[in-house]
Order: sequence, then C-alpha cells, then structure tokens
Amino acid sequence: MSSDPQSSATPACETCPVHHATNLSKLGVDMEDWDFVVALAGNPNTGKSTVFNALTGLRQHTGNWPGKTVTRAEGGFEYGDHRYKLVDLPGTYSLLATSLDEEVARDFILFGQPDVTVVVVDATRLERNLNLALQVLEITDRVVICLNLIDEARRHNLQVDERRLARDLGVPVVPTAARYGEGLPELLQAISEVATGRTVCQPHRIQSGPPALKQALSQLVAQIEAVYPALPNARWVALRLLAGDRRIAEAVSKGELGDLSRGDSEQVRQTDLSAEVAS
Amino acid sequence: MTTVSDPRQASGEDILKTAQGLRWELGGDVHEQLVEAIYTDAALIADRAVTRPGEADRPDLDRTIDRLVTSRIWGFPIMLLLFTLIFWITISGANVPSRMLATLFMDTIYPILKNLAASIGMPWWLDGLLIDGMYLATAWVISVMLPPMAIFFPLFTLLEDLGYLPRVTFNLDNLFRKAGAHGKQSLSMMMGFGCNAAGVIATRIIDSPRERFIAIITNNFAVCNGRWPTLILVASLFIGGLVPAYLAGLLSALAVVAVALLGVLLTFVVSWALSRTWLKGEVSTFSLELPPYRPPRILQTIYTSIIDRTLFVLWRAVVFALPAGAAIWLGANIYIGGVSIAEHLVNFLNPLGILIGLNGVILVAYLVAIPANEIVIPTVLMLTVLTTGLTGVGEGAGVMFELDSQSQTKALLLAGGWTLLTGINLMLFSLMHNPCSTTIYTIYKETGSRKWTVVSALLPLAMGFVVTFFVAQVWRLLGGAG
Repeated sequence: MSSDPQSSATPACETCPVHHATNLSKLGVDMEDWDFVVALAGNPNTGKSTVFNALTGLRQHTGNWPGKTVTRAEGGFEYGDHRYKLVDLPGTYSLLATSLDEEVARDFILFGQPDVTVVVVDATRLERNLNLALQVLEITDRVVICLNLIDEARRHNLQVDERRLARDLGVPVVPTAARYGEGLPELLQAISEVATGRTVCQPHRIQSGPPALKQALSQLVAQIEAVYPALPNARWVALRLLAGDRRIAEAVSKGELGDLSRGDSEQVRQTDLSAEVAS
Repeated sequence: MTTVSDPRQASGEDILKTAQGLRWELGGDVHEQLVEAIYTDAALIADRAVTRPGEADRPDLDRTIDRLVTSRIWGFPIMLLLFTLIFWITISGANVPSRMLATLFMDTIYPILKNLAASIGMPWWLDGLLIDGMYLATAWVISVMLPPMAIFFPLFTLLEDLGYLPRVTFNLDNLFRKAGAHGKQSLSMMMGFGCNAAGVIATRIIDSPRERFIAIITNNFAVCNGRWPTLILVASLFIGGLVPAYLAGLLSALAVVAVALLGVLLTFVVSWALSRTWLKGEVSTFSLELPPYRPPRILQTIYTSIIDRTLFVLWRAVVFALPAGAAIWLGANIYIGGVSIAEHLVNFLNPLGILIGLNGVILVAYLVAIPANEIVIPTVLMLTVLTTGLTGVGEGAGVMFELDSQSQTKALLLAGGWTLLTGINLMLFSLMHNPCSTTIYTIYKETGSRKWTVVSALLPLAMGFVVTFFVAQVWRLLGGAG
C-alpha cells in the first residue's frame, strides 16, 4: 500500500524501501532485457503520459486534451534490482472494445499479460474513472492504482481517502501529482512490490447485477476453469462471452486462451508485441 | 470448422456452446447489465472514498472562462483573436533573428568554407556540390525556418497546455456534425496543424470507418508545420508590403490566419461533399470532456516544444534540404543542348504555372518538396536565381546567396516576375496540394487502401489547380498585374 510519504532525514529512512528511489536510473528506451512489463492504462487526459515521462525520463509530448496518445508508447526504467519496461496505452473510458484505441488497450492487458498494470485515475473525477479501473481489475489481479491529479483535487476542495479506496479495490492506491513529481517514489515502490509478488492483490470483482447473470456467470466460470485451470481471468472471459464479444469467442474457439495461462505468457507476449508493432 | 485434434479446441467449442445457451436464457441485454453493474460499483466505491467539505467541484473562474470561450457569440471571435495574436508575435518576432542567422551562415561561414575549399585545392564541381548546393540549402532552411518555429511552437503548445484546444473542438463540433462528419475530427484536425501524418494517425479515435476516411482525406487542409514558414514568409513579403510598416506585421498575420481559416472552411466543405456522395451514412455521437484549465508550466513547455516540434521539424527539413540542395545544384550545372536540366524543367512547367497565376519555378519547387514541404521557399529562391540569371546576388548557377533582409528576398522574387497574384496564389497552393510523402505513406498504412490513398493525394491537388486558376482569371479580368 502507499508507503509513508514522509522522507525526512531520520535513520529509519535508510532502511525504508522508498529510499531506493535514489537508485532509480532512467533508461529511456534502451530496453535490451527487462524483468517486468508494466502497462499504463487510464481515462483520457488523466496524465498518463506525464506519469510515463516522469518514470522513464522520456519527453514524450503531453497535452492537456483527451485522445493525445492513440498508439502505444514504450520506455523503460530501473528500480531496485529490476528493470521494467513501461508501456503507455491509449486513454480509454472502457475496455469493452468498441473502437481501435480501446481494442489496443484491452488486447495489451489481456494478451500482453503485463506483470503490473498501473491504472491512472483522475482524483477529481473518481467515479467515472473507476469504471475503467474496475474493468481492469476483472482482467488482471496485478494492479496499482495511481490516484493522479491529487493537487487538483485539493484545489477543488476534494478529499480522497486513498486507504479506504485501497481497501475497497483490494489493490495498492498511490496518490500522486505527476506534474510536480509528487508521489512518484511511492508509486515505484508499489509497482515493484506488486511485480515481485511482495504485495498480493485481492482485487474487487463486480458485485452488482441481477441474480440470473451471477448464476450464469458462475456456471460458465466453472466450465472455463475446468478447461484452463491456470487462466487468471476466467471470470472476465466468461463475462465477455455472455456479452457476446466476438474477439474473445474467437480466442476461445482457437484455443488461444490456453496460451494465456501464466506459464506460456512469455511467448505470447513476444508474438503479440511483434504483431502489434507490425500492424 | 477446423478438424478437432487439440483437446483444448474441443473444450473451447463446448465453452462457447454453454455461453451461447446461457446468452439465450439471459436475453439480449447482458452488455447493458454488465455496464450498469460496473457503474453501480464505481459509484458506491467512489462515494465511500471521496468527501467534499466545501461544495463546488470546479472553481467558478473555470466556469466563467468556459462560458466565455465556448459561447455562441464570443467563441469564434476569441478564437480568431488568439490565433491572430500568435501569428503576429511570430511574424514580428522572427525577422531580426532570421537576419542574424543569415548573416552568420552566409557572410561569415560561407566565405570561410569557400576559402578552405580553395586552399586545399578542391575541384570546382565538388566545392559547388558541397558548399554551394548542400551547405547553402541547409543554411537557408535553418535561417528561414528556425526563428518562426522557435516562437510559434512554444506559443501554440502553451495554448494546448492551458486546455484551450478542447474548447476549440467544442466550438467546432456542431459545424462538423452539420457537415456529416464526426465531431472528433476537430481533434485530428488540430493535430494536423502540427503535422498531417500525426493528424492522420490521430483519426484512430474515430470509431466509424466512414467518418474516419472523411477525417483522413480532409486532414491535409490543416496547414502543417512544413507549410507555416512558407505562408508566414510570403505573407510578410507580399501582403505586409501593401501597407505602411507599422501595420505590416498585423496584416501579414491576418493573411496567414485567413489562409488557415480557409483550410478549416475547406475541411467542412469537402467533408460535407464526401458525406453526401462517396461516404454516405449516419453521424455518430460522442461525448467530449472539457478538461480543467491547468496552469501551464512555461519553462517545460518551451523545452518540450523546442525539442519535440521545432528541432524535429528542423531536422526533417535539414535531412531533406541536403540532397535537395545537391540535386538542384546538379540540375543547374548539367547541361543538355546548352540549357541546364533545371531550366528545361522550369521552362516546361512555366506555361502551366503562369496559367494558374504561379510560375514554372514554383511548380518545380513543389515537385522537389514532395518529401518535405519545408524546402519549398529555399528551392524557389535557388531556382529563381538560376532562371533569372541575376548577377550580384548569386555566385553562379544553382548557388544560394546571401539575403540579409526580407526586402532583398522580395527584390529577387520581383525580378523573377512575381506579382501580388503570385504571392496570393502561392499561399493558396500551399494550402491545397498533395500531402508530403510521409503523410501519403501514413494514409496508406492507416487505410490499407490504394484507392483512398490516391484520392487523398490527388483531391487537394486538383482543388489547388482549380482554385488558383479561377483566382488568376478573375484577377486578370479585373486588370490586376500578373
């Protein structure tokens, strides 16, 4: 969870994990070999590109308007003993894939199998931003919520209780003001803890919905889990099948889904990345 | 169906069968139920986490500004005012540094290089190719383009950073929808004002293929980085020259804004025409979020816009100017039947050029500049020296020369037979011609269709010929020179 932001010079700081932030070296795009892949998702105009630049030291152009990033940008950073590849996904309101940018984001999280997905949410528009975050939590367990624009929330006299949020969502929540570099050491810390498995997430699953849907869902999940025991997101696949998502149905019928279980993920990641770069 | 050899595949089909069956039981609105469930959960969680001690989720100042800049009455005038202001600052600010750079490159460095070449006994053709061709072309590009770009891009980026551009989108949305296009097209158009290739990629935010094609084809009418310098220079030479000096900057800026606005108008007209002929269909709706105004970080904006845009565009121009400079010098120094290749080409295209109020030199320059519009003006100047055979400004055929002030540039162009009509039509042609090769390639990659690529490339070119032709005819009918 979000670590203690106070980093004044007390001896305890030497042992505090956040202190490693000074070891952070920025690698730009030089990513020969990396240990973890981190995806950056979020609604448009929540400052994803700013977070991306702050973490990688790249100066990708950021603009104050929605839809700035349409394609994926990639960069890398080093933190602690590990090297991370960071992928900036297009900003979307949902992952239900109705347009190309949503599909790029959805496919990367589902098929690219990032080790950590950071969802950048706008603290001033939490409710709407959570719609996307909840969808990401259905797909993958390994999520860190970056509660960005906390400075603007303060300006608008909003208080966001990040501990309550973290408890409700079941994943680490880190308040940041990426434009001013605030909260980034804590964000890196949270990312590394989820990546290395030191923090185990218990993500919120969508609870509402009519009973008939829940029943159908549990029946289908049971069947999917019987066939693909290692699949991390059977529930989400079941939801999409019930909603008639053709792309997912195709993945199921071709047996592609089996490759998504964690053991083979490396290979899927490689092929899928090259396919997307080629397109 | 494929033959079932993989057991996973067989069970995959089973899963699909179950899913299909459940879908029938549940009825058709699973998607809505799911979306509703997500919204309910999101609302619940957000409600628990957020407390607002005061009210007002946005400061009143933001709302007041929004009401003003997106108002029906004031929205457009404010837009015009802001853009005119930016061009005026650019035009009046760029003149002095341009002259300083030209003096440095042409008066100081050029003779040093020439002397150096002579002292090591470099053959005349190599010296000509390298120094008179490649070096001078590059020096020209830098001194003409760097100052306006270094002023214009940071200013434009500041507007973007402030959050003004989405308000422009908001203002234009209604017009786009009336034209049968997608409201988001105004966003891809805004990107096009920076670079058309980027604008074409930005059309990915448009879901429907029909509206995406419209956005791609019309993106070229957004004046891009490579064309701003041409417009700015020609406007300050020919339009600014019409009025006393203290008004020249303002009038030139208005002329540039007028051409840019004409581009926006053409975007609407062509979108409208396409959506009623080739690309008929329904208009999709979308919701646009007006982001909060954010205080721009001025230093960082200047830094990123200089790195991202100014140097990027300059680098691209230099990369293309080097071979172009060499090609022009060669074209001017290789003779067939006593006349250089470049002159053959210019003479060949001249009748067509004159007919549409331009000239052969300009058309050749646009051929040379297909890879990068940035080099249109340098090429025009080189070729003009060549064809007019002016002495005293150039050192020989195909040689770029020192032009330490705008008046000298203008004098040269006038000697090349330019009139006010040439200036106006060059600005129009700069707006309406084929996109650069990078953009054409991007269009092909994005649409995957040869047909639409060809349409996107040739439609604006055809329009350019038609419009400049009519302007020239009317001009001459009214007794204008040219």
